[in-house]
Amino acid sequence: MEDLMTVVDWSRWQFALTAIYHWLFVPLTLGLSVIVAIMETIYVRTNSPKWLAATKFWMTLFGINFAIGVATGLVLEFEFGTNWSNYSWFVGDIFGAPLAIEGIVAFFMESTFVAVMFFGWDKVSRGFHLTATWLTAIGASISALWILVANAWMQYPAGTEFDPVQMRNIMTDFWALFSGVAVNKFFHAVFSGWALAGVFVIGVSCWMLFINRNTAFAQRSIKVGAWTGLAGLLLTMYTGDGSAVEVTRCQPMKLAAMEGLYHGSSEQSLVAFGLVNPDKSWNNTEDEYLFAFEIPYGLSILANHDMHSFVPGIADIINGVSVNAQGDTINTISYAERIARGKQAHEALRRFDIARANGDKTAMAAAQQALQADYPYFGYGYFDSVDEAIPPVGVTFYSFRIMVILGSYFLLFYVLVLIGVYYREWLYRARWMQVVAILSVPLMWVCSEAGWIVAEVGRQPWTVQDLLPTRAAISSLPASSVITTFWLFAGIFTILLIAEVSIMMHQISIRSSQDLETANTY
Amino acid sequence: MTLEYLQNYWWLLVSILGGILVFLLFVQGGQSMLLSTRSAERRELIVNSLGRKWELTFTTLVVFGGAAFASFPLFYSTSFGGAYWLWLIILFSFILQAVSYEFRNKRGNIYGTGTYDLFLFLNGLIGCVLLGVAVGMFFFGGEFTVSRGSLLDNTAPVISNWAPSHGFEAMADWRNLVLGIAVFFLARTLACLYMINNIDNYPYRDSLRQRCLIYGGCFLIFFLWFLGVLLTTTGYAYTTDDFGNTTIIPIGCKYFYNYIDLWWAGLTLLIGVGLTLFGWISTVMRRNYTYGIWPTGFGVFLVVASLFWVAGYNDTAFYPSTIDPDSSLTIRNASSSHFTLTVMSYVSLLIPVVVLYIAYVWHCMDRRKISIDELRTADHKY
Repeated sequence: MEDLMTVVDWSRWQFALTAIYHWLFVPLTLGLSVIVAIMETIYVRTNSPKWLAATKFWMTLFGINFAIGVATGLVLEFEFGTNWSNYSWFVGDIFGAPLAIEGIVAFFMESTFVAVMFFGWDKVSRGFHLTATWLTAIGASISALWILVANAWMQYPAGTEFDPVQMRNIMTDFWALFSGVAVNKFFHAVFSGWALAGVFVIGVSCWMLFINRNTAFAQRSIKVGAWTGLAGLLLTMYTGDGSAVEVTRCQPMKLAAMEGLYHGSSEQSLVAFGLVNPDKSWNNTEDEYLFAFEIPYGLSILANHDMHSFVPGIADIINGVSVNAQGDTINTISYAERIARGKQAHEALRRFDIARANGDKTAMAAAQQALQADYPYFGYGYFDSVDEAIPPVGVTFYSFRIMVILGSYFLLFYVLVLIGVYYREWLYRARWMQVVAILSVPLMWVCSEAGWIVAEVGRQPWTVQDLLPTRAAISSLPASSVITTFWLFAGIFTILLIAEVSIMMHQISIRSSQDLETANTY
Repeated sequence: MTLEYLQNYWWLLVSILGGILVFLLFVQGGQSMLLSTRSAERRELIVNSLGRKWELTFTTLVVFGGAAFASFPLFYSTSFGGAYWLWLIILFSFILQAVSYEFRNKRGNIYGTGTYDLFLFLNGLIGCVLLGVAVGMFFFGGEFTVSRGSLLDNTAPVISNWAPSHGFEAMADWRNLVLGIAVFFLARTLACLYMINNIDNYPYRDSLRQRCLIYGGCFLIFFLWFLGVLLTTTGYAYTTDDFGNTTIIPIGCKYFYNYIDLWWAGLTLLIGVGLTLFGWISTVMRRNYTYGIWPTGFGVFLVVASLFWVAGYNDTAFYPSTIDPDSSLTIRNASSSHFTLTVMSYVSLLIPVVVLYIAYVWHCMDRRKISIDELRTADHKY
């Protein structure tokens, strides 16, 4: 196989590219579908044409976004096969199930009822239409549930065992997929979609206020967007806190990378902002940061909800000091020993395979016993040095800060918007605040994407934590093929994104200039 | 339930999904007729008629992939990672389709309605032909090897390896192309039948009937050609020893014998062909008959399901390797574990619920046929 690492790197870039593009559209679908459903519910309860108009306006924008979300989502499912074929075999027995369930349970629900949403106004009853709108929103969230369960399993593989005959992992406990990691990840991602959609609705509505068009329509929309968004943001923060605890216990190396922390301590402070030292490595004496503004006890509280607790750094973990699933500090084995035991696991599997081919059951049993002892470190057997097991620190560190700082900003933003709405309605007159709201829209996407970069870059080099590194997960392809498809995806998705943004802006502009107080304007 | 039972059950579900997918390709068939439709009014009718169903085809494709992944991961791993260019071209065509309906008529779409119609046409053409090529590989095989021991090769740790052409060789195999072209004409025939049923416009229905005659005739020629090749081609039977090692035995006219041995599959094929012809001929011959999509659609579903059955049942390798027969995939060596198949089988009990609500929504939405008048006053149209 030609130049393994080139194929690995380009496969990673391609997956990152397609996933980032997909996540531009998914959170808006998740949040806007709920906002549209709330508006339609108010319409059905009040029979007010104003709420029907609001429902249809936001539904149009939802539809534009939904289409491109579907387009970019298709790629991700099939990329597991096309670019990560070894992964698909090695853990397909576990990972494939949530994907199939997602299709059967969620995709059909979305695709069936979204047609009723858009084309069913005069074909079905109002109650049925409202049900279809809610089912579309619920379908989108159920879809997120299954894919995030699958993703969480990659970060914390539970409920499986290795089958040496098939040379793959098999599922032994379906419910283990719903670990704390999965639950936090699901709610964190879905509620962040609500928060994002809230900012989007407020931003677009503030544009109408800014140009002094449809102000009553904008005010109604802002109220629904702000309350939904604030609820989403608060729940995102709560589940984000839960995720930090889970990461500490299940992926301590990721937490250390998020913090740029090489040597941990008890009562560990948190870097609020700073610059990591690019020359720092786990085994030199350079400073960790070029400068850092720290919050005392912050990381201990974040990681363990205990200001006196110990948080291990990258060097600690490599040397065998870590935190177990209960949050206790433990002396585990070093990364050097993990690599050695991983190679022993590989060797035992080789012996098993030879014994199986020869029909030697005694030798098979002996090899299997040796394999089981070392299997927890199987993935480390692909590494030649401990440096390969460290995630990119800089990207993870900065992405984490971008996410947290922007997340905190949006909490302030929502509070200000709600004050502006209910306290003498000053939001409707404060043009500076309207400009801030409009400019905040793209920042919300930056925040959302940064969260995924923390989650996915921070778990490198693993495809499946401790079991399968990315270098062993790929397809046997020439690098030129993957490079070509990377640029094809980049080109097509960019072309479609430009069209999507342009259509959105045109729709907002055209409809803002119409009278949106009645639904008959469409 | 035994593992063998579950493997057979999941192959049945994959077959059913395959059958539904091919039926729903009427969307692609209709799209492929867009550029040859001069009248702007008729184009609008085509797009808006198909546009209310495109997501079902798209979703069925995704679920087919997901079901294959969950139930036969070695197939997913080998085929998608190996026939890379075949699958990627199919995917690119579906990406273009997914945005085109929503974007084509919206102001600010930058590239113009014609570009999105071209995208729809490309998806209609490429999607049908290449999905046919992909299914053809279930019978005529692919150039791959599977070696699980490669997992431990640190320099190239990939268990499935494919010929350097990575799918182009499958696209160049005339037998696969015969099936692909048959699928293409079938999709166009189905599209004509669907639109005759769904569009309330008599002059256009007459035009569709004429097209239906031509496309159906072309489909018959290519389908019979494919069937002739299939029934005379050499397939692979297999045996498995106690240690899980598979031995492959080539057998001439394997699929013909499968249809004889699996008499119910043969009967399904005959009933399917009969229904397909009945719907098609009735539509072409009777001017007021608009329901041809249903007997033909169900017939197509039966034919495709029966093809999957003879591909995978009766100890047949469903994905033959032409360069290393022992690497061929069977429903025994490519499947998920007993536990996963059991869990997934419980989930599959939801499928009838899904089918029922889709049928109900379809009925509600199509109760009133689409017309130009409706499009003129519609809130939302493509």
